[in-house]
Amino acid sequence: MTRPQDPIRFRPDRRACLGGLAALLALGAPVPALARAPALTFDELYASYGVLGLEFSDKVKLLTGKTVSIRGFMAPPLKAEAQFFVLSEIPMALCPFCSSDADWPDNIVVVYLDRRQTFTQPNQMIEAVGRLERGSWIDPETGFVSQLRLREARYATV
Amino acid sequence: MRNLFAMLAATTFLTGAAQAATIYPLDRATILVNSPFDFKIELDEVHPEGDLAVTVNGKPYAEVFGKPAEFVAEEKGEDDAALGSALILRDLALAEPGQYTVEVKAGNEMKSVTWEVYSTAETAKAKNVIFILGDGLSVAHRTAARIMSKGMTEGKANGRLAMDDLDHMAFIGTSSTHSIATDSANTASAYMTGHKSRVNALGVYADRTPDSLDDPRVETIAEALRRTTNKAIGVVSTSELQDATPAAVVAHTRKRADKAEIVGMFHDVQPEVILGGGSAYFLKADIPGSKRKDDKDYIQLFKDAGYALATSKDELAAAAGSNAGKLLGLFHTGNMDTWLDRNQLKKGTVDKFPDQPGLVEMTKSALDQLSKNPDGFFLMVEGASIDKMSHPMDWDRAVVETIELDQVVALAREFAEANPDTLIVVTGDHTHGVSLIGTIDDNRPGDEMRQKVGVYDEAGFPDYVDADGDGYPDSVDVARRFAIFASNYPDHYETWGPKLDGPFQPAVQNENGEYVANEAYKDLPGAVFREGNLPKDNDTAVHAVDDIVLQAAGPGAEAFKGYMEQSDVYKILADAFALGTVQK
Repeated sequence: MTRPQDPIRFRPDRRACLGGLAALLALGAPVPALARAPALTFDELYASYGVLGLEFSDKVKLLTGKTVSIRGFMAPPLKAEAQFFVLSEIPMALCPFCSSDADWPDNIVVVYLDRRQTFTQPNQMIEAVGRLERGSWIDPETGFVSQLRLREARYATV
Repeated sequence: MRNLFAMLAATTFLTGAAQAATIYPLDRATILVNSPFDFKIELDEVHPEGDLAVTVNGKPYAEVFGKPAEFVAEEKGEDDAALGSALILRDLALAEPGQYTVEVKAGNEMKSVTWEVYSTAETAKAKNVIFILGDGLSVAHRTAARIMSKGMTEGKANGRLAMDDLDHMAFIGTSSTHSIATDSANTASAYMTGHKSRVNALGVYADRTPDSLDDPRVETIAEALRRTTNKAIGVVSTSELQDATPAAVVAHTRKRADKAEIVGMFHDVQPEVILGGGSAYFLKADIPGSKRKDDKDYIQLFKDAGYALATSKDELAAAAGSNAGKLLGLFHTGNMDTWLDRNQLKKGTVDKFPDQPGLVEMTKSALDQLSKNPDGFFLMVEGASIDKMSHPMDWDRAVVETIELDQVVALAREFAEANPDTLIVVTGDHTHGVSLIGTIDDNRPGDEMRQKVGVYDEAGFPDYVDADGDGYPDSVDVARRFAIFASNYPDHYETWGPKLDGPFQPAVQNENGEYVANEAYKDLPGAVFREGNLPKDNDTAVHAVDDIVLQAAGPGAEAFKGYMEQSDVYKILADAFALGTVQK
């Protein structure tokens, strides 16, 4: 391992931070959807892990297109302007080469927020709520490949 | 006095006016005779082609090289930045051994480099080479592995590692072309090509253009073997096969992170045996678990090329009996789990991939397959997780990985006993800042864990037991255990003992891109915060610049001695195989 050739670091601009903070404050209490949305856990995402591919669980298949909640940890975004963040099962120590999606664990969920929210500390557990989307998809801006996404999502710390 | 001033002025003038062009291969490069490489000159300024004068040993370059190079009027950098003119000649090969002095002049720009083109013995000394690389293998790993595996009584080891008795030894320098420090890409590449390069680069010199796949190439050992012999080639690693060390056998890229492209490079060379992790880059993009961005199905492409496929320990055993001739074993989407996780703790990703073979089993299958080739073979085996566990300072896992690597050395020596025309080389690619300094004993008095550290006479001997005699400790969770510490680290919590719940993850990234201590370890009994001594953008402990100890046995091994550069090792391999002579 070594340091990256072109590390892409997240440098939040002040305005984005303030905006995010305002959004977080505006959220105040947990969003109402939190209480109602069926919960998915990281253990429930895949029915099987195999060398030749992973298989989505029945629960994921059933809930695709529906609003769900998932608890996990927010990894810092790949780029400041990225429209999404990665939700992981445990706090991420990105390997030094993670300027791409190359070295992420298999079981991540990509979260596209419906509005700007501030980024949390990496040790802080969050609950994200959004519409579950499944299947391979390449983010047009970053080229980041994901299998599971939450769309129009919001999150709160738990 | 006036003369001195005049001389100083002249010197100053000269250094001020003369700009340094860059010539690849760099000065003092050593190049195997007839081995194809790319020649490139990078000028700092834009020059008309007519202003460029390039000579080789005083003659016009095209006369010596046998063909003209392509002139690039102006190379472009990131954001279209002007970089100056360039001259590129791909796939140049030099048939005559000797010194080649290349001189370039364009306006005020001047540069001169001298290469040594070397030939080899006409007949091979070794039929087979087994090149065993412990990634990050440092002296502390070896010492700890010996004591943990064999025990120690009254200061004398109760047994020896298999690597301890290899006959010949050298100190290897690992620095890269732009830094005293190094990474696994350019170090493995130096072993596998004979050319040092820059951090992150494989099989190329690192040029200035942004494209990672256009850099000046040098020949890898796999390509040299294909060009000159009918030998079989094997690559075995516990990491992703696209990772630096296994990739170095076949790859050409400025950026080791070009993992999807590296799979294509394996497919170009088609080593007869390829075993390891990293299946995610073999799967087409629409398969969950894939890390490709295209629809190339390399599982199918390798099958179409005649490979038998194994995806588990059992399938590997079954494939060993097949006559496919080519074997692709993929046992994990990413890096394979450590010996400790696979066999004792069942942590890491063992629940998801419960059927992974170990490095010894993979090496055994590789040897079975490769030794069917009457012309012999080259096998590169990497114990990848010595490094992968040393970065996060998970010393128990790193030391047990070293024991596993040593069992691979034992297997290789067994093979060499039956096949004495086999050269065995055991080395690392770089070191870590790690030392074994004593023991940590829960039964020592004291409220703080640091009081439990026994040093000097107080260290005594650790409690590891190997009752079943398999060479591995029956448990690493013992009362008196190794005190191993890193010389460098990010912010983290020191927990003073083995990480039984999974590999250590000392630091996590915050929203500013800085690594902060992972609080998952904060409340463990005795844990203390240790403020890092590395820049905050480092997630884990880093490589050391310290030399590596290389050991070797078998025909050709006597050439390893004293201090050598990593790139010099290739020359010995080339000589053992007589790669200067076409043998097919």
